[in-house]
Amino acid sequence: MAAGSGNPNRTLVRVLAHSAIFFGLLAAWETGSRVGYLDPLFYPRPSDILASFGRIYVTQGNVWWHLYTSLSLVLMGFIGGSALGVTLGGLVGLNPVVRRFLQPYVIVLEATPRIALAPLLIAALGFGAGSKTAIIMLVCFFAPFINTLSGVVNVDEDRLELFRSLGASKMQILRKLVLPDAVPVIMAGERLALTAALSGVLVAEFIQRDKGIGALILTYTRNLNMASAFACIFTLTVVGFLIFRGMELLDHRIAYWNRAADMARVGARRRADWQSRGALSQ
Amino acid sequence: MGAGSEPEAVISGRGVCKAFADGSVVAIESADISVQKGSFVSLVGPSGCGKSTLLRLIAGLIDATSGELHVHDQLVSAPRQDVGMMFQRATLLDWRTSVENVLLPTELQGAVTDADRKRALELLTLVGLEEFAFSFPAQLSGGMRQRVALARLLQTGADVLLLDEPFGALDEFTRERLNLELLRIVADIQATTVFVTHNIAEAIFLADQVYVMTPRPGRIASIVDVGFGRPRELSLQTTPEFNRLVEEVRVTLGAL
Repeated sequence: MAAGSGNPNRTLVRVLAHSAIFFGLLAAWETGSRVGYLDPLFYPRPSDILASFGRIYVTQGNVWWHLYTSLSLVLMGFIGGSALGVTLGGLVGLNPVVRRFLQPYVIVLEATPRIALAPLLIAALGFGAGSKTAIIMLVCFFAPFINTLSGVVNVDEDRLELFRSLGASKMQILRKLVLPDAVPVIMAGERLALTAALSGVLVAEFIQRDKGIGALILTYTRNLNMASAFACIFTLTVVGFLIFRGMELLDHRIAYWNRAADMARVGARRRADWQSRGALSQ
Repeated sequence: MGAGSEPEAVISGRGVCKAFADGSVVAIESADISVQKGSFVSLVGPSGCGKSTLLRLIAGLIDATSGELHVHDQLVSAPRQDVGMMFQRATLLDWRTSVENVLLPTELQGAVTDADRKRALELLTLVGLEEFAFSFPAQLSGGMRQRVALARLLQTGADVLLLDEPFGALDEFTRERLNLELLRIVADIQATTVFVTHNIAEAIFLADQVYVMTPRPGRIASIVDVGFGRPRELSLQTTPEFNRLVEEVRVTLGAL
């Protein structure tokens, strides 16, 4: 979606200005370190970090495996935790009796930092991928749970009355009104969960430092190889950004009725569908 | 106008009572209503007079505390397929295009056929929205959304239309235009209509009979027959006879 923002000349000026500031900062950092204002032990030079990128990605190539290990845990934990959250949130939300009894526990759980339970999970499940996945599931559970719950509870009364006046069954009300209506707020929960998953995997790997990008950062830092540690951190920045953007794009596809551009796209596609099945002929 | 002995009362209620919250709040105290086939009845009155409650009772959305209410000679106990309802808010589903919203009633009754789709598009054309069949509610103005809601109401195929201040949230000009369209459409499909409003002039302009309701407890204070012919035009509202009826209703409501 390339949205040409106005005058190309002005865009060029803006790009140049941003580049000047960015490279200016890098240059200041580099010279500051070379002249001796910054301790290169803790603040490695940009040139060193760049060299480390080359080493961990190309010469040694060791970061790939760690990254793969971490991201597959993130994926599993996110899917497991948020699926559990959405399912339980839906069940609790749709059942007033269960909701009343669970309410106090939900409040207690909401107030507890979930990550504090990580050592307990490791004690219970032992070292390995199992307890790491469990930690990620734990931090991924809550946002989808609470959002799904509130999404299915807050149904518009007027719409509910409309469905009743049309003789809709309970199942139809659920499928055609309650669930679609809850989709945007559930998606917001999923976005929070995926961000939490990335932090969750790092905590899990900091505690069990056998493998993964978190363990790698820890190892480099202990060996005072700060340049490589920074290379790993910037890698995570990129991963975080990609995850964030990916979820945003997914959100635009799934909850398309919140943005004008998405509505125009989906509306045009549905018109084409009708046209191809011949319902628009004549 | 021999009241009580008309041949075909589509809606008839006798001594209809509705109390809320263990009987302490009486929304309607013994209402009698009789609506002939193809006629247009307005329920007018201030907030709390029970006009919306009466409409919901006819729709079968709530049960009467006592009294009997019949639609097409059958006791009302649940929402019926031949009774359709429209609200002040369009209550469209945001994730559906106009035409998909219009198809909702059909979908809730079973599989949607190509004939249903064609009819939905025709109804959107009838309310002047053929250009917006594949727009989403957020892309439409308030008046357009009510038009979609009207098309959806007609898609049910109901011959009894219950309208609860359907254009009350719209500006004066849009409301008048939609009221004229409504009259044209209900005459076209020969629907029996009950229209709730707190606007006296609107109630008289649209109706064959105006039920004037007063609050605390909600009851029908008088029934005013409106003798104007059809089709009606907006200029009717400036005639002395029209103003005499407005005055009559105002006196009944104690608003003069």
